[in-house]
Amino acid sequence: MEVGQLQRQFVEHTASMFHEGFLDGQFSQLQQLQDESNPDFVVEVVSLFFQDSERLLNELTRALDQKCVDFKKVDAHVHQLKGSSSSIGAQRVKNSCFNFRNFCEEQNTEACFRCLQLVKQEYLLVKNKLETLFRLEQQILAAGGSIPMME
Amino acid sequence: MDSASSSLSKGMIDDGNEPHVLAVDDNLIDRKLVEKLLKNSACKVTTAENGLRALELLGLGDDQKNNLKTSGSKVNLIITDYCMPGMTGYDLLKKVKESNVMKEVPVVIMSSENIPTRINKCLEEGAQMFMLKPLKQADVKKLRCQLMA
Repeated sequence: MEVGQLQRQFVEHTASMFHEGFLDGQFSQLQQLQDESNPDFVVEVVSLFFQDSERLLNELTRALDQKCVDFKKVDAHVHQLKGSSSSIGAQRVKNSCFNFRNFCEEQNTEACFRCLQLVKQEYLLVKNKLETLFRLEQQILAAGGSIPMME
Repeated sequence: MDSASSSLSKGMIDDGNEPHVLAVDDNLIDRKLVEKLLKNSACKVTTAENGLRALELLGLGDDQKNNLKTSGSKVNLIITDYCMPGMTGYDLLKKVKESNVMKEVPVVIMSSENIPTRINKCLEEGAQMFMLKPLKQADVKKLRCQLMA
């Protein structure tokens, strides 16, 4: 595929991620922080986010599977996930954590379990889309093009 | 050369050297982000993942050997998350302000939650500033300007 096409795809994909609420302004902040001294900053931070989130989602699954659920622990994990998703601009993941925390407070296992499914879903969606974004970036660079600046 | 006797501004403008900031946060992603934000604002950064580690680095912990002062890197600013397991950012703030050696070092508290009582509590305890997460470049640039004035 030629560079122009790839660049167009990149622009469209990025725009749709923002438009559909998968990403918010905080992701733009990350992109702006990337520079020559740290050209892979965004990929590095997002990779950390993927690793950390998967760990937290596993912990949450385990915690909610217990006979006697430790809601404080569950809440602590959700707080972490809310924080990191907020910091990278993964808006829909962040938003899915709000209700989760409320149900932790109410100690409602069923509702928490449903929230976890929702958070997992949102996480997988944004992960998929971000991986596509990074792949497009790599393809553009490999084809000798430059990454379009998004307004 | 005791840090307790140097004034705030003298501590910050260290012969044109970059200010050294100690950033404390239990969240890995937030640590990486705050580190980059500070480095982009021409600061030297050391990160700590909890209050106890921060105290150690400041030379206020039980383990006196492994602190930044012995390596010659005086801390000019502490920026800490409020919500951390074990020692909160507030607890850390109190410990710093109680210390004769460190009490002049400005402490900034960050939090993802905008709770006025929490903010006031920190300011009353001597926090220089409160910042809402997620941090943005503009916030950190403003912080740098204010503390270098």
